[in-house]
Amino acid sequence: MNKPLPNSLRQGPDARGRFGEFGGRFVAETLMPLILEVEKAYEAAKTDAAFQAEWRRLLTHYVGRPSPLWFAERLTAHLRKNAAPGMGAKVYFKRDELNHTGAHKINAVLGQILLAKKMGKTRIIAETGAGQHGVATATACALMDLPCIVYMGATDVERQQPNVFRMKLLGAEVRPVTSGAATLKDAMNEGLRDWVANVHDTYYCIGTVAGPHPYPQMVRDFQSVIGEEAREQMLAAEGRLPDALIAAVGGGSNAMGLFFPFLDDKDVQMFGVEAAGRGLDTHEHAAALSRGRPGVLHGNRTYLLQDGDGQITEAHSISAGLDYPGVGPEHSWLHEIGRVQYVGATDDEALAAFQLCSRQEGIIPALEPAHALAHVIKMAPTLPQDRILLMNLCGRGDKDIFTVARHLGETI
Amino acid sequence: MSRIAARFAALKAEGRGALVTFLTGFDPDRATSLRILQGLPGAGADVIEIGVPFTDPMADGPSIQKAGQRGLRAGATVPGILDLVRELRATEKDTPVVLMGYYNPMLAYGVARFCADAAAAGVDGLIVVDVPPEEADEIEPDARAHGLDLIRLIAPTTDEARLPRVLGATTGFIYYVSITGITGTRSADYASLAPAIAALKRHTDLPVAIGFGIRSPEQAAIAASVADGAVVGTALVDTLAATLDAEGRATADTAPKVLAQVRGLSQAIRAAKKAAA
Ligand SMILES: Cc1ncc(COP(=O)(O)O)c(C=O)c1O
Repeated sequence: MNKPLPNSLRQGPDARGRFGEFGGRFVAETLMPLILEVEKAYEAAKTDAAFQAEWRRLLTHYVGRPSPLWFAERLTAHLRKNAAPGMGAKVYFKRDELNHTGAHKINAVLGQILLAKKMGKTRIIAETGAGQHGVATATACALMDLPCIVYMGATDVERQQPNVFRMKLLGAEVRPVTSGAATLKDAMNEGLRDWVANVHDTYYCIGTVAGPHPYPQMVRDFQSVIGEEAREQMLAAEGRLPDALIAAVGGGSNAMGLFFPFLDDKDVQMFGVEAAGRGLDTHEHAAALSRGRPGVLHGNRTYLLQDGDGQITEAHSISAGLDYPGVGPEHSWLHEIGRVQYVGATDDEALAAFQLCSRQEGIIPALEPAHALAHVIKMAPTLPQDRILLMNLCGRGDKDIFTVARHLGETI
Repeated sequence: MSRIAARFAALKAEGRGALVTFLTGFDPDRATSLRILQGLPGAGADVIEIGVPFTDPMADGPSIQKAGQRGLRAGATVPGILDLVRELRATEKDTPVVLMGYYNPMLAYGVARFCADAAAAGVDGLIVVDVPPEEADEIEPDARAHGLDLIRLIAPTTDEARLPRVLGATTGFIYYVSITGITGTRSADYASLAPAIAALKRHTDLPVAIGFGIRSPEQAAIAASVADGAVVGTALVDTLAATLDAEGRATADTAPKVLAQVRGLSQAIRAAKKAAA
């Protein structure tokens, strides 16, 4: 690993787990000793050659890394058709949808489950929204012979049936959560409650760059494999870095994974795409950064969708993986310092991008990266043809075909 | 002397432990909540804890989660809870009032303004569940400036190494969580309480109240005699919930049944001799 420069944006978090004012460890006392134990174990694992080698071995031979960098030539040509002469940036995909289990989530899960084993934990819990993190965790637990319990909002259980069945096949127990709007936020509450009650033997495998310190940092570090590979691959393919990175932001793990290795490359622009649901100016979206305010939830200070009294409001997105009223604290910091621009894509824009990608590239994307693609579709035609956009295609759409069919008025 | 310190000192002189009651503010509506709160001192509550409802109560079990939802539906807000305390204080001068809640609503209100307004309304102490000692500087300066005690939880997971740090950040009394878990889901192992409290007492002179798993008068009496107080929350909330009609509204039974239960708890605590002074 490179040593961070003194003025690097890659030094966070500080000893309190803060990125600027964001992050921290806002948990009940019962969890606090555990959080400190995870932090200690993770710090040790970072420099433990055997741990790192085992994680890398799994990434290579089990996940199938490195994932390819794909020049989306037909999509690029398609987007040039309606652009002014000479306009239409080149679009590349980082293909994390080809990972085993179909999304980027497995990268950080394998790291965390190895850590749990190292800590002597014998029971794994996780929360999931779209089910991708649940499937990844269930998969790693099957591989490493650990019992796995996945909390999932009842609403999400309903709209992500294929993943619920996958988790069951993998031997995990899926516990539907009915509190609140019964989506990802509520699943995370239940995960934390379980952990408080079972601290002695349980490891909580968090699915994104949120939660109390050290989770935002740890999940980012594991996911940074995406950006590290993409950097090398882009240099090999084009002899230079991309002009802009684009990634969907739910909690923000696939985006942090892509962005982090490029944060000090000043000429690389970055766009995080939040779910704008039915529109940023409606009440039905999941755009914590664009429309929320800083607050404290799930162990960290970050931008949140909340009312004037500090009550958390429900998020909405067609994509279960983006349907979360918060965002990882590092994104809040990158937003405030202006290093990353956060934009929105609506349900309809994501649906259109989902279909376009399927037809132009023969790749059915997950609804989450379809939001990133929706922004690429807006952006590429406004840029000259020699510009390069790199988008994180962080998941495949198999899990979403029922949702999409319903929205398109088809029955399958 | 603060109301909390004065109350624990008086009870120590009396030779008994405190009954600390927890109920969520505005559960199931403002008027009923106020009636119960006003009745608590007469029924024998020595310290009144009021839960500030939050949409995402991560440390609470189903009973208190539902109480919070009822409170929110009834229009509970931070200013609304402070106003409730103000009205309670108009008639109740001596019984300490502690607000228990999560950080975000206080943060949204503004921490400095919250501490100032809470103290002015007659609040004596705060339990902010998700602000551990590591984050104490978030709230401690303002709480201290306005004379509010910051009561902290000590959990079975809090080890010897960590204990001084938690105790150092605590004033008023210590809330010893008797179970690893969320509120109301397990009952305490009473055999292990006495040695745990004795170990804790070697490190602090603050009063210790035991909570999180106490339901019955017998349990409350044991807890209040091995420590300096017993906190009963879920059991009262469950009683309240059982009196509600199908729409979740208060009935004529609501306040009387809750207060009768408090009376029973109080009698048991008063009857119990304090084990070791
Ligand atoms: C494919 C995919 N992308 C993105 C996300 C959102 O998470 P994050 O923002 O942490 O990448 C999910 C979450 O389930 C997902 O499954």
